[in-house]
Amino acid sequence: MADEKGPVEIVQTPVELDYTYTAGQAATRFLKGVEQGKFLGQRCPVDGLVYVASRGSSPKHGVPTGPDTVEVSDKGTLISFSIVRIPSANLSVEPPFAAISVLLDGADSHLMHVLDECPLEEVRMGMRVEAVWLPKDQWTASMQNVTHFRPTGEPDAPFDSYKDHL
Amino acid sequence: MRDVAIVAFAQSPSVRSDTQRNEVEILMPVVAEVREASGIPKGEFDFICSGSSDYLAGQSFAFVAGLDAVGAWPPVSESHVEMDGAWALYEAWVKIQMGYADSALVYGFSKCSLGDLPEVMAMQLDPYYQTPLWPDAVSMAALQARQCLETGAVTAEQMADAVVRSRANAKSNPNAQLSGDVDREKLLAEPTFVSPLHKHDCSPISDGAAAMVLVAGEKARQHCERPAWITGFAHIMEPMDLGVRPLTESRSTAEAARRAGVDAAKLDVAELHGPFSHQEILLEQAIGIGSSTDVNPSGGALAANPMMAAGLIRLGEAAARIHDGSAATALGHATSGPCLQQNLVCAMEGR
Repeated sequence: MADEKGPVEIVQTPVELDYTYTAGQAATRFLKGVEQGKFLGQRCPVDGLVYVASRGSSPKHGVPTGPDTVEVSDKGTLISFSIVRIPSANLSVEPPFAAISVLLDGADSHLMHVLDECPLEEVRMGMRVEAVWLPKDQWTASMQNVTHFRPTGEPDAPFDSYKDHL
Repeated sequence: MRDVAIVAFAQSPSVRSDTQRNEVEILMPVVAEVREASGIPKGEFDFICSGSSDYLAGQSFAFVAGLDAVGAWPPVSESHVEMDGAWALYEAWVKIQMGYADSALVYGFSKCSLGDLPEVMAMQLDPYYQTPLWPDAVSMAALQARQCLETGAVTAEQMADAVVRSRANAKSNPNAQLSGDVDREKLLAEPTFVSPLHKHDCSPISDGAAAMVLVAGEKARQHCERPAWITGFAHIMEPMDLGVRPLTESRSTAEAARRAGVDAAKLDVAELHGPFSHQEILLEQAIGIGSSTDVNPSGGALAANPMMAAGLIRLGEAAARIHDGSAATALGHATSGPCLQQNLVCAMEGR
C-alpha cells in the first residue's frame, strides 16, 4: 500500500556498458579509403552491384563483397530526403536540416548523410550533390571526414537515371 | 509427430577475440558451409531462424544485420530468438511440426569479446532488485558452486575432472579454444578466481558462430547420408531468481530429458552445455548419465563458449557423431539464463 507520499513510480537503474567494436574486413577497406579522401565500393560477386559502404556481405546474396575495391565518385544524386525539425541529443546538427540519401556516381547502394549550403525549400530528388571534406590534415579512418553534402549546381539528374535504385 | 532430421552442421573456430571480422563476416562462411553440405541452395529454405543478443553486440536489432550473411532477397520467412541458437532450432522444429515448413536454416552467433561479458550478463537479471547490484555471471555461478560443494552435491574433484576431460577431448576438436593435458591435482592447487571457482572452472569468453539445417521426412536422406533424426525435443524453464529454486540440482534439465524421451542407459553420446564445471556435473546427474555414455567428446562449453552459439554447437556436435556413424543415439543440451535457469534437451538417433 502506498503511504501519504504515494507509490514508488520511478526506479532509476543507470546502465553503462562499454563496447570495443571491430569494423571488420570490408568496413576496414572502406574506411582506409575514406582516410585518403576516397569512397571505395565493393562488388557483389553474384550480380556485380557495387556496395558503398559494404558491411562485408552482399545483403541480397549472402556472399562476401570484395576483396577488390572500386573507387566511386564523391559526387552523386540525391535520391530521397527528409527535413528534420525535431531536436535530439544524438544529433550533431541543429534542426531544421535535410537528411538525404545519396547515390554516389558508380555506386548501387546509397549513403545517408546531411545536406547543407542549400535552402531547405530547394531540396529535391534528382539534385546533384557532392561531399564536403574536412581539411586533409584532419582526415582519419572515419566517416566524420565528410562534414556534409552540398549541391554541385549541375542540372538535375533525370529520373530514369536513378529510378532503379529507389 | 513428423520425422525431422539434422542434416548439416557447421561452426566457426571459437576464438577469444576476432579482431579482424565483424559478426556477419564470421557467420557468412559458416552459413555457406551448411548450405553446401546440405545441398540446399539459398532461397530454397522454407524457414530461417537465428539466435543472437543485442546486449552482446552492443547495438539494437543486431540480428537484422546478421541476415546479411544469409541473403534475404527475394524476401525470406525468418524469425529470431534473443537466446542461444538451440532455441532457434526448437522454433524451426515446431514450425516444421506444424506443417508450415519442410526445411529450415538455423544459426547462432556472437562476439562476446566486444563488451565486458560477465557484466553484460547482469542485464539478463531482474531490473529492480538484481541488476542495480551488477552481479556478474561468474559471481552468480560461484554462489551456486558454493552450495554444490557445501552440500556435497558436487565435489571439488568432480569439478576438476570435468575440466581434465574437457581439455583432453578438445585436443581433437580444431574449433575449440582451450585444450590439452591437464592434471587434476594441479588444477585443485591453483588459486581461486571467484571463490570457490578457479579460472579453469569457467568457460572461456569466445567469439564464434554455428549453423544447422533441418529437413523433414525421408527427403532428409537426399541431403545427408546418415541424418540425425530428432526423437524428442523439449525445453523447460525455472524461475530466474536464485532464491526460489534449488541450485544444487537441475530439475528443468531432468524434466526436459524426460519429455524428450531420453533413455540414459542407451545414450552413446551426450553434449552438455555447462558453462561452469560444477554445472556440467549437475547436468550429468539430472539426465542420469552413466559411464557408458561419451560426455562432451568436443570438449563442451568449458573448451569454447561463444554465447548464443554454444548450445547450438552442443546439438550440432551430437548430430555430427550420428552423421559420422560413431554414435547410434545422442543427446544435445543447451542452457540459458543464470545458473542453469532454462534447459533444452534434443534427443536424436541414426537410422
